[in-house]
Amino acid sequence: MEFGLIILAIILATLLGWILKQSFNTQPWIAEPVDEAAYQAPFNAKPKLVALTTFLAVVTSFFALIMSAYTLRMDLGDWVPLTEPQLLWANTGILVAASIAFQWTRNAAVLDATARLKPGLIITGVLTTLFLLGQYAAWQELYASGQYVTGNPANAFFFLMTGLHAVHILGGMYVWARATQRLFGGSDDVEQSIELCTIYWHFLLLVWLVMFGLLLST
Amino acid sequence: MAYVAIADRDHEEEHHDPQTFITKYVWSQDHKVIAIQYGATAIFVGVIALVLSAMMRLQLGFPDTFSFITPENYYQFVTMHGMIMVIYLLTALFLGGFGNYLIPLMVGSRDMVFPYMNMLSFWVYLLSVIILLASFFVPGGATGAGWTLYPPQAIMPGTPGTDWGIILMLASLGVFIVAFTMGGLNYVTTVLQARCRGMTLMRMPLSIWGIFMATILGLLAFPALLVSAIMMLLDKTILTSFFMPAISSMGADPGYTGGSPILFQHLFWFFGHPEVYIVALPAFGIVSDLLSTHARKNIFGYRMMVWAIIAIGGLSFIVWAHHMYVSGMNPYFGFFFATTTLIIAVPTAIKVYNWVLTLWEGNIHLRVPMLFAIGFIFTFIHGGLTGLFLGNVTIDLPLSDTYFVVAHFHMVMGVSPILVVFGAIYHWWPKITGRMYNETLGKWHFWMTFLGTYAIYLPMHYLGFQGVPRRYFAMGDTDFLPASAQDLNAAITMSALFVAATQILFFANVIWSLTRGPKADPNPWDATSLEWQTPDTPPKHGNWGHDLPEVHRWAYDYSVPGYADDFIPQNVPADVAPAGRDHGVEH
Repeated sequence: MEFGLIILAIILATLLGWILKQSFNTQPWIAEPVDEAAYQAPFNAKPKLVALTTFLAVVTSFFALIMSAYTLRMDLGDWVPLTEPQLLWANTGILVAASIAFQWTRNAAVLDATARLKPGLIITGVLTTLFLLGQYAAWQELYASGQYVTGNPANAFFFLMTGLHAVHILGGMYVWARATQRLFGGSDDVEQSIELCTIYWHFLLLVWLVMFGLLLST
Repeated sequence: MAYVAIADRDHEEEHHDPQTFITKYVWSQDHKVIAIQYGATAIFVGVIALVLSAMMRLQLGFPDTFSFITPENYYQFVTMHGMIMVIYLLTALFLGGFGNYLIPLMVGSRDMVFPYMNMLSFWVYLLSVIILLASFFVPGGATGAGWTLYPPQAIMPGTPGTDWGIILMLASLGVFIVAFTMGGLNYVTTVLQARCRGMTLMRMPLSIWGIFMATILGLLAFPALLVSAIMMLLDKTILTSFFMPAISSMGADPGYTGGSPILFQHLFWFFGHPEVYIVALPAFGIVSDLLSTHARKNIFGYRMMVWAIIAIGGLSFIVWAHHMYVSGMNPYFGFFFATTTLIIAVPTAIKVYNWVLTLWEGNIHLRVPMLFAIGFIFTFIHGGLTGLFLGNVTIDLPLSDTYFVVAHFHMVMGVSPILVVFGAIYHWWPKITGRMYNETLGKWHFWMTFLGTYAIYLPMHYLGFQGVPRRYFAMGDTDFLPASAQDLNAAITMSALFVAATQILFFANVIWSLTRGPKADPNPWDATSLEWQTPDTPPKHGNWGHDLPEVHRWAYDYSVPGYADDFIPQNVPADVAPAGRDHGVEH
């Protein structure tokens, strides 16, 4: 559980530090005229960005707990480490490329280089779909070599972790699909969707890198 | 984007108010309607859970009397009672119900930041309730694994409901967590982003602090339950071995290869302990506001109350293994968790002292909400003190799995939050419905519930000391227990049935109020917080009419020296004394 606890401690410490900073030197019992500076929203952020950040904290907790469970379960005697398919390296590269492509698209959106938006979103979508297909191919490879999900706890964890990561990517693809649809439908109101998707893609890349590292090292 | 802009954006929605009955009351995106939908659904399942507990008590008080309660039924009742009360009633009611109603009104917003997602949250919650209740009607019935659903027994033959009951239970939990996450993201974002002008974090009423922190706990802790639910579903359906050890069942090999049941306990309690505070923190916050309002005094130590809520929230993540002292853990591990558990008593005690000091020399009005709030202080201190016993490993070991534990957790997270729920409903009822309730009926409801629950749970501690184990369908002939233990059990059952029956008074009051209750004053308690300052009672869609309120002071300006009235609403400017009042805002 140490891993989960450390992640959680970081999330909580960030939040608590921020709240304490907000509250430490205040004297709430004194009535005061409205302070203009206090109108600025915390982090000076957009509501959807705050919601996404909060959601990423939830997903962090989710994956941290699974990885904690993985390390706890690993210590028991019957654990037979899984040999990860080499294909995962290629998939990792594709996911990194998807993340870079999204960043490129986001920069285009910020710079109002609208001509780059459509190719940017399409490249991202293709790369991400390739990643998902690659993950599926890795599953097939394992099954072909007799490494079934029920074969060993290590296998079960591998399928669980990659599967849940893929589900989260699919959720992102839903938002990506709606933004793409809007863009091709002639709407230019896609900048925020692209920005939020970019953060989400980077986040899921980070989750994958940590998870892949954990799988490789054990 | 500053949040003035958000307020403006929401303001535009006034032009397309929901018109038809369907969009106004069924597929509503108004936080107040969603709150009532959440609350009504939660209370509905709560009544079912109450009936289940009455059936359990019938069996325990009068064993061998009721042929319709089999051992299998009994375990199903225990399981469903616990799960419904903790998650589908208390969590949903405090956060989905009160959170939805109070957050936008108390922080001066027109609605939640994402109204559509808010609506979705309720309907997904309703789906989870339907899945849960459906498990009573599937082959094999509901699961009887206990609300903790410990493997391997939760999915092995021999436990009731291992065919479909456990699958529906896990699925329902997963759906509930999705619903909660959608609601929770809304509550957090609304508190952070949609506060009106002047509503700084440290001017928020403590109710909002409690709900806010509980939501954060929920968002971080429910993933642990989701992870364990997914893993157990896989163990049950495709025979993976996350939790299921290599085991033979009635001579047959079900095919498990050696999972870890203890792993499930860690994950479950990593969610389970914060869950206690997901229920308790909103109760703490709400009770602070009730005490302050009805004692006409500012809350004692507001900042300390906020920091205590934050500290309790943080600490609640590092005490989970005190639920597992008997699972055979390393003594140093137990020592660590005993220490953190006892440390959490410090901020909790600060809160209790501050509640009592708020009452000190206050102008106490013993109205119905105040009675429930003061009742909460009693039951919470009581349940908290027995927690100090159980937090110590050496005392927990003999008391574990006895009725002492049952009495402890019912006192601290059953009776106490429910008293706050009732207090809060009576307190905000005039604002929610625009009508008053019957004060006499409310007082009867309080005294019978409060004294009745003591009659149930005080003797239970004694049964626990005698060693009466919990979870047993019937004690049979047991040498170490005197025959009088059974008499005590029968008395407890009588009290439990009495308390269950007196809840009819509450529903009678609801019906009385809705049909012939007098019209309520917009601010019947002379309260300061924003929800009492709305232009309409009950508030209309958009809450604030044309202009959003502007906040100039905290929510606890009661009995300020120099003022004719004993309260100053939050939206009264700092430098302007209201007409007819003396000058001088001195604190």
